[in-house]
Amino acid sequence: MNRPGPIEPTSAPSTWHMYRAMVGIGSLCGLLIVTVFQLTRPVIERNKAEALQRAIFDVLPDARSSTTFRFDGNSRFVILGEEQTSDPLVYAGYDESQRLVGLAVEARGMGYQDVIRVLYGYSFAEDAIIGIHVLESKETPGLGDKIERDPAFLENFQRLDVSLSDDLTRIVHPIEPVKHGNKERPWQVDGITGATISSIAIADMLSKSTAHWIPKIRQSLDDFRKAG
Amino acid sequence: MPRSVPRAQSLSTDEFIKGLWKENPVFVQVLGMCPALAVSNTARNALAMGLATLFVLLMSNAVISSLRRFIPKQVRIATYILVIATFVTIVEYMIQAISLELYRALGAFISLIVVNCLILGRAEAFASRNTVGRSVLDGLGMGVGFTLALLCLGAVREVLGNGSLFGVQLFHDGFQIWVVMILPAGGFFTLAGWLLLFAKLQERRAGRRSLADEVAR
Repeated sequence: MNRPGPIEPTSAPSTWHMYRAMVGIGSLCGLLIVTVFQLTRPVIERNKAEALQRAIFDVLPDARSSTTFRFDGNSRFVILGEEQTSDPLVYAGYDESQRLVGLAVEARGMGYQDVIRVLYGYSFAEDAIIGIHVLESKETPGLGDKIERDPAFLENFQRLDVSLSDDLTRIVHPIEPVKHGNKERPWQVDGITGATISSIAIADMLSKSTAHWIPKIRQSLDDFRKAG
Repeated sequence: MPRSVPRAQSLSTDEFIKGLWKENPVFVQVLGMCPALAVSNTARNALAMGLATLFVLLMSNAVISSLRRFIPKQVRIATYILVIATFVTIVEYMIQAISLELYRALGAFISLIVVNCLILGRAEAFASRNTVGRSVLDGLGMGVGFTLALLCLGAVREVLGNGSLFGVQLFHDGFQIWVVMILPAGGFFTLAGWLLLFAKLQERRAGRRSLADEVAR
């Protein structure tokens, strides 16, 4: 009977070989990622700008051009140049004769699945929201995502009242969600059956956003008009 | 007399074809279920996810196979993940450049391709032991098989759950959609249906083969 011989030690690679593989491949991978990032960045930025532009024209149907303003924190809206900023942005829409037709403002809030981001159009002539466009939503397909395409729900935002008090400091009737079929007032948002949480989330985020932004915008209308 | 087939060519064809049917990653190996169930709610999303996975699989197989002698065994998994993650990042930028809408629809599942067991599995089981040519064919076959499987799931779910295919409405207004089919549960129902069909077909093929063997004897 053959007796088992001593176990041969497996030849372990040197630390140098392991470092060489990891660092070498890591460096190559890093180089590849940076190259692709640099190549695709202009296209991605252009896509984002075009998507935003489409959303602005969607919520301000009479607008033919737009200008981006940043809020500098001192109750002033300043035209955004080439600089990068973390300040909140609003988008002023102008018609063919460069007259201000309204402003598009972003609102965000927690939906059923994740944060929902919308852009809404504000018409100072009508003192109302005149359209919304969902920028980002991960709501349940077939249920919560009705906030993007349900015609009856979107009808809420054809003229959603956000009238200001005489001193332009507060919304007289804050936007409020109601159950489907119970809308009686122009500042109420008729919910969606089967997408209750998502539709309430939209109403709530608009209520908060308009309470914060509309008084500031109305007090600075001249800034927007001058830029036209 | 058996027809003489060049050995290399025969092998190559097999490497590609096995992923489509005999070793289909979804319907036979049941690998990569996370994206297969989560992103197959529409045919378009399924196709995009399938193509993204195909690209990552193909590229990672090619790179890992060409560097297989350079990568020590002890650090192979870390290295494979590094390579796979690189191609996933690249595909993420490419999808953003092609369509932001598609990028939003696929969401976090693009990044999760990194941990798709199909890709790491092919790297470890095949690419690290075979030539670049064979590994590329294997990646291509498995990737196409994965894409077709996702498309099968996505098409059924979209048709039943939304009454459309690739966004084109197929039925009149009277059609009552099965919302459950585009919800997560619908993914499981559809997968179960396809797995049943595949099992039945394979059973029938095996039956025919054994009958043919008996007749030959």
